[in-house]
Amino acid sequence: MLARKSLFVIGAATLALALAGCGERPQVINYKQGKYQGKPDTPAFTNAPFNGNKQQWDNAIDTRAQEQNEYVRLRD
Amino acid sequence: MARMKFLCDAERCIECNSCVTACKQEHDIPWGVNRRRVVTLNDGVPGERSISVACMHCSDAPCMAVCPVDCFYKTEEGVVLHDKDLCIGCGYCFYACPFGAPQFPQTGAFGVRGKMDKCTFCAGGPEPDRSNAEFVKYGRNRLAEGKLPACAEMCSTKALLGGDGEVIANIYRDRVTHRGKGGEVWGWATAYKVPGGAGATPPPGGAAPPPAPGTAPAAGGTKS
Repeated sequence: MLARKSLFVIGAATLALALAGCGERPQVINYKQGKYQGKPDTPAFTNAPFNGNKQQWDNAIDTRAQEQNEYVRLRD
Repeated sequence: MARMKFLCDAERCIECNSCVTACKQEHDIPWGVNRRRVVTLNDGVPGERSISVACMHCSDAPCMAVCPVDCFYKTEEGVVLHDKDLCIGCGYCFYACPFGAPQFPQTGAFGVRGKMDKCTFCAGGPEPDRSNAEFVKYGRNRLAEGKLPACAEMCSTKALLGGDGEVIANIYRDRVTHRGKGGEVWGWATAYKVPGGAGATPPPGGAAPPPAPGTAPAAGGTKS
């Protein structure tokens, strides 16, 4: 009885050990803004000429981006 | 939220290197450091393609993952930047980067490796925006001026697009629709030379390799 019980325990332990090898930890590290070791950086629109106006900065960037599309420029 | 990306239209790139020159000039990059370079595939062969390569500002950047001093960070716009004050110049990021983006200035007779330098998407670094310290370490901060990277804006054929990923993808899609070709230049067929794909070369001995799993051979042949 004891031998059977110990055999069961050994079997369960072996199974658990073998299955542990199948475990997979997430490989992707989620970085959070400002959580790195260096100096904090400020968003691009913080200072002049935008002075914290994100909408204005977004518009400026979008306008510049659309200027790369000559099909849009030709239609004007 | 904008996710800043580069997209190079291989159908348009003429290997003029104006993007490289613009980058060098804009940021006063020292000799030996190339934040951006033009790579030509099948050089001299009809149907050759050139693409401009720099840091692609990966969404899940391997350089960030391997840096032993955690000097990398990502801005709200998705630009991967680093703090040169922390960088120890170990070169792990160079080995990890699939694009060869990290560059190391070499100084002295024995080529002592300096702190890593790479494309900043013209977004400077953690120093105060548009300060002299920022310019010296990272180059000009054009994003803080409401401008896009110099390489993309200077591109003579507008092959290199830079900006919000959604916006430039739409521009590229619009372009492909207008010209009616070129969409197949990027993709599996080109990378692995599937017969019939752009840049395909006849296999030796005439034996055609099987098409890639899950992909159909791209339409159109090699263009000259």
